[in-house]
Amino acid sequence: MQTLVAYVENKPGVLNRVSSLARRLAINIDSLTVGPTENEEIARMTIVAHTDERGAHRLEASLEKLVDVLLAENISDRALLERDLALIKVSADQQNRPHLMELIKVFRARVVDVAPESLIIEVSGTADKIDGLLEVLRPFGVLEMARSGRISMTRGNDLLRPPAAPSQGSEIESSGASVQ
Amino acid sequence: MKLTGAEILCETLTRLGVRELFGYPGGAILPVYDALGKSKLHHVLVRHEQGATHMADGYARASGGIGVAMATSGPGATNMVTGIATAMLDSSPVVCITGQVSSKVLGSDAFQEIDITGITMPITKHNVVVTKAEDIARTVREAFVIAKSGRPGPVLVDITKDAQQASAEFAWETTTPNLPLKRHRNNHDQVEFDRAVALLNTAKRPLILAGHGIMVSGAMRAFEQFVRTGNYPVAMTLLGIGCFPAKDPLNLGMMGMHGEAWVNNAIQEADLLIAVGMRFDDRVTGDLRTYAKNARKIHIEIDRAEINKNVKVDAALVGDAREVLEKLIPHIETRDHGPWIRHISELKGDSAVRDIQSLPDNGHLYAAHVINDIWKETCGEAIVVTDVGQHQMWEAQYYHHDRPRTLITSGGLGTMGFALPAAIGAKFAKPDSEVWVIVGDGGFQMTMSELATIVQEKINIKIAIINNGFLGMVRQWQEFFYDKRYVATPLVAPDFAALANAFGIRGERITKRAEVVPTLRSARESAESVLIDFRVEQEDSVYPMVAAGASLSDMIRRPNNPLVETATEP
Repeated sequence: MQTLVAYVENKPGVLNRVSSLARRLAINIDSLTVGPTENEEIARMTIVAHTDERGAHRLEASLEKLVDVLLAENISDRALLERDLALIKVSADQQNRPHLMELIKVFRARVVDVAPESLIIEVSGTADKIDGLLEVLRPFGVLEMARSGRISMTRGNDLLRPPAAPSQGSEIESSGASVQ
Repeated sequence: MKLTGAEILCETLTRLGVRELFGYPGGAILPVYDALGKSKLHHVLVRHEQGATHMADGYARASGGIGVAMATSGPGATNMVTGIATAMLDSSPVVCITGQVSSKVLGSDAFQEIDITGITMPITKHNVVVTKAEDIARTVREAFVIAKSGRPGPVLVDITKDAQQASAEFAWETTTPNLPLKRHRNNHDQVEFDRAVALLNTAKRPLILAGHGIMVSGAMRAFEQFVRTGNYPVAMTLLGIGCFPAKDPLNLGMMGMHGEAWVNNAIQEADLLIAVGMRFDDRVTGDLRTYAKNARKIHIEIDRAEINKNVKVDAALVGDAREVLEKLIPHIETRDHGPWIRHISELKGDSAVRDIQSLPDNGHLYAAHVINDIWKETCGEAIVVTDVGQHQMWEAQYYHHDRPRTLITSGGLGTMGFALPAAIGAKFAKPDSEVWVIVGDGGFQMTMSELATIVQEKINIKIAIINNGFLGMVRQWQEFFYDKRYVATPLVAPDFAALANAFGIRGERITKRAEVVPTLRSARESAESVLIDFRVEQEDSVYPMVAAGASLSDMIRRPNNPLVETATEP
């Protein structure tokens, strides 16, 4: 599994170009998340792909050939913070509700909706953690589940930022090293 | 200045230096055609939109500039697909302009509406829909920049009919390309560079694999200096042919599936391969597990996605071929490589004896003879445009190109029907050059309607049909690998000479070797197009051959004396 981050133009059709490229390279995408950045004209993608290092290199280099992709980087080998968000609707009656609440506490998840027959649990963290919670919730009866897919960020001073116009400052020059 | 979108398009193309464009009108592009009539642009009316894209492609390859093709929406646009894919696989800068239904009905399955940007997404370098007149100039200027920059490729601009009709303020200065700001990758990796220099200066058996990228980058001079400095023997890819003179003793010829045996053997024995502007296509490498096992590899390539794609390399120098070569030259020590070069000469061994050119005339007409005679008669100076198949490989073997951009052929996609229209484009790019089409009887029948375009445009192209009554290359595979079961390869053709006459073109039919040279001479003397139907040996094969997926070391060699064998047949 390889993780790539891409900065792209925030406009229609770009997601299609990115996913179409992965399909053309016969690379299966495990998850792809996209959302605007602090600059609303630029969106950031986290792509988790079922491939090896060589496949990830090809995907990265091919993505950067797309006119609308500003930067693509394989960050699999870097120190990463990874987050996935899940909403899990689970059956809950009066009897098992206390037991359920204990488990939720252990996983540092929280209840965001309460109904007579069910609860919606919100949990964020690594994919492993969410999978772990899911396993223990299964016996109660998981009614519905939605997952955001992974977002990733390199830790500390390891900055991964979209390219900026040269006039906008020399700071990009100094952080340029980490972009290599 | 207030102009309609259609007028803005014509004005923009004119200012970008376009003189000719190749296209076919229709409802959704009519406003542009109306404006074209009032412009200085010369529109070449094709007979099928595939022809328009091949013409633009041939124009681009012959000139080193950008070719422009135009079509209407729907079927006009979908007919372009094969030509766009051909340009994509061979990195040819073509800009396609298609009409689209009005933006108000986009997505409603209107008459002749098709999602051409969706269809062409994987086969264009970039494509875009324009729905506003004021966006046309900038978008087309951007398309030209994208098509030509880096590794070139086709760009499609789809313009809705209402954008063509609407009026907008037009000022050239306000429409400068505004492409997304991309990360600038610093490709100069000192570690890789030093490793490459060390490999170059210690190799005992170096060999260059010269590709199309040398031509695209205009690196011919730097390349020659590089070759001379290091005394490196050079093997060519099909599309690399012409980037280094064939007559140069260091030029070994074409490599790969139908490369000469000594070239492939040299690759297998080399201790260093220097790949310049080529992409280790499977037609070049054969089985990757056994490919050049003795060699370290340096890859000079502008497209980072090509590095380590097929062949793992020891040093990757990402960048424009000319820039990289110029940077390398001062670091290269001059070497003699005498023993290695002499060894390659020995590898030639009996190949020269086996060569069909060395055998006596037995009354049969062979394609290799025809093509070699065309080479001799044109003094190797013509621009030759070929299709795909046996004739294409024989051309690569028997027409020796000394100058760049004189062989135009569909390499990557292998598109039948490419030659005739691409030659028309090449002739417009180089009106003073002699242009020859060498094409098979199968491929010719795919786009022969463009003969009418030749007549309408009154251009002078010589057409040599290598007519063996078969889809020859497929027949050859059936002979070698399917026990001679010739399914769907015997091919009926019209009388091509009479067909040419029907179009208003002089046609000739040649069946004997003695007739070849006189006919070529008389064709060359004519100021008009001439078509010659060469009825060649039917079941001749291209040798040597590396079977698909086989090792480069396992070549099917030319029979020792094919002519005697065929001559004794009843």
